[in-house]
Amino acid sequence: MSILTRPRPPATDPASAGDGPPATTRPRATVRSRATDEGFRTTSRRSRIFGWIALGVVVVGTLFPFWWMIRTAFSTNNAMFSDPLSLLPVEFTLGAFERVLGIASTSDALAEGGSGADINFGLYLLNSIIVCVLITVGQVAFSTAAAYAFGVLRWRGRDTVFAIFLVALLVPAIFTLLPNFILVKELGLLNTFLGIALPSIFMSPFVVFFLRQFFLGVNRSILEAAVIDGAGTWRIFYRIAAPLVAPQIVTIAILQFIFYWNDYLWPLLVGQTENSTLLTVGLGIFKSQTPQGSPDWAGLMAGALLAAVPIFILVVIFGRRIIGSIQSSGVK
Amino acid sequence: MLFLIPALIGFTAFFAWPTVRGVALSFTEFNLLRPPEWIGLDNYVAIANDPVFWNSLAVTSEYVLINIGVQTAAALVLAVLLQRFTRSMVVRGVVLLPYLIANVVVALVWFWLADYNLGLINSTLDAVGFDRVGFFGNEALAMPTIALINVWRHLGYTTLLIFAGLQAIPRDVYEAAEVDGAGEARTFFGITLPLLRPVLAFVLVITLVGAFQIFDTIAVTTAGGPVNATRAITYYIYERAFDRFDFGYASAMSVILMLILGAVALIQLRVLRANDSDLER
Repeated sequence: MSILTRPRPPATDPASAGDGPPATTRPRATVRSRATDEGFRTTSRRSRIFGWIALGVVVVGTLFPFWWMIRTAFSTNNAMFSDPLSLLPVEFTLGAFERVLGIASTSDALAEGGSGADINFGLYLLNSIIVCVLITVGQVAFSTAAAYAFGVLRWRGRDTVFAIFLVALLVPAIFTLLPNFILVKELGLLNTFLGIALPSIFMSPFVVFFLRQFFLGVNRSILEAAVIDGAGTWRIFYRIAAPLVAPQIVTIAILQFIFYWNDYLWPLLVGQTENSTLLTVGLGIFKSQTPQGSPDWAGLMAGALLAAVPIFILVVIFGRRIIGSIQSSGVK
Repeated sequence: MLFLIPALIGFTAFFAWPTVRGVALSFTEFNLLRPPEWIGLDNYVAIANDPVFWNSLAVTSEYVLINIGVQTAAALVLAVLLQRFTRSMVVRGVVLLPYLIANVVVALVWFWLADYNLGLINSTLDAVGFDRVGFFGNEALAMPTIALINVWRHLGYTTLLIFAGLQAIPRDVYEAAEVDGAGEARTFFGITLPLLRPVLAFVLVITLVGAFQIFDTIAVTTAGGPVNATRAITYYIYERAFDRFDFGYASAMSVILMLILGAVALIQLRVLRANDSDLER
């Protein structure tokens, strides 16, 4: 999906985003939930039961496909024929993972219903990690600096430059894709990590916009005190202003990491050699190479699971921040 | 201005310059090997006479209508349910999860679930005595199937945005309605929906612009087929550029797509009066 489908930063209430909001937002949340408790009492018993059933259906409907992915990845391909309806893994095996990680020998892979094609998700996993860390670190660091320049520093033409910056937010991703591909090709960077990372590593207009909101909210008297103490602009940035915005920087870094981890079209164009293939692209190749008549479903799901597990982990650790950030992007 | 230099490089090299270049390329014939050759409006004329292009607009619209329609309605219901029944972060996290997983992964999981021979859905249909359904192989069903897969992926995200909008509606409005004896349905259509309008407008613009650029799911499941049934505009642009090395033609289609997106966003903001809330009147 495009850059435009992502959450938009808050326009007026920077404090409520992220997980670590200033203490002032806490009481409001309590008041709200008490109000809803009252709402519970006015709801009839029947509609409450209906409501919970509906929510249950949604939760099960959301989680079940993930379970089916896990169930399939730990089964053999023969079991797909014999027990297509079994809710638990059939003939439990790690064979699919060995196959997609390139650990299993070709004959083993063929015997278990793999295509025998050379597929190495271990390498793709590593490639994805390197590229996504590279992009996230570069983009968030440079965007933070730019957001500071737009949000805290005062200089002539600032608002004009910022307005021009915002135009970049409106250009759909598909539009810059072809010219950027040509540019990366001209730079001789096709099929390199740098080539994949380059268009995103310097900044994202979205991140600059997002973080600027929070820099605008930083208490100026703290910064002015630092100036009086003789701290330079750079020192104020990384010792005072940036740490104040740290929770938001972490949140946006996680969101951007997930975005680039999931990205498909750009790395499909730019990373086509074995050593520059990212996980999503590898999955696409694996799917297209798998025999039409008897696809290696277990292998496909094992590969898909490898791409999904890092996100599961991030969601478990940072779910609250991610949810808070998305919710705050909706209310203006 | 050291703080701004990296971002300015990025902006100039990878946003501003490619935008200018993309428009310029649309007036050329360019296959990457020889330098671009200026051909004026020829690409646009050819596109106007290209049935595959018009078809791609039609199937993209079909995708957008089904995807956005179902998704927005379902998200509205789900957001109200969340608001009424639970504040649980775990429930919200679960609902959001598919949105955070790669399109490619989601597409593959559903491709497997809906597989004709061995997939769970068809095996179940078969077991209870129905005919198997070729979700991806049937021209009439392929695009709706893809649209619904992406409803599953985006539902949680859309729900959270609407949920946040619901939270912002002041309680006393509801209390007043209750005192006046308004029922559930009347409260929803008379109060909730109108007060939610700015948030809904924002959600619709964001999700629509994204939906028009559908690519990943198509690329890993149907690759545009059967025949042209899922050859959406972005996928067609990709094919023209990277299978047929027709970069000028592809650029011209990108320009058209950008204009369509701009128009759609503008019309929506106008119609839905996104910037003024009924609360302030």
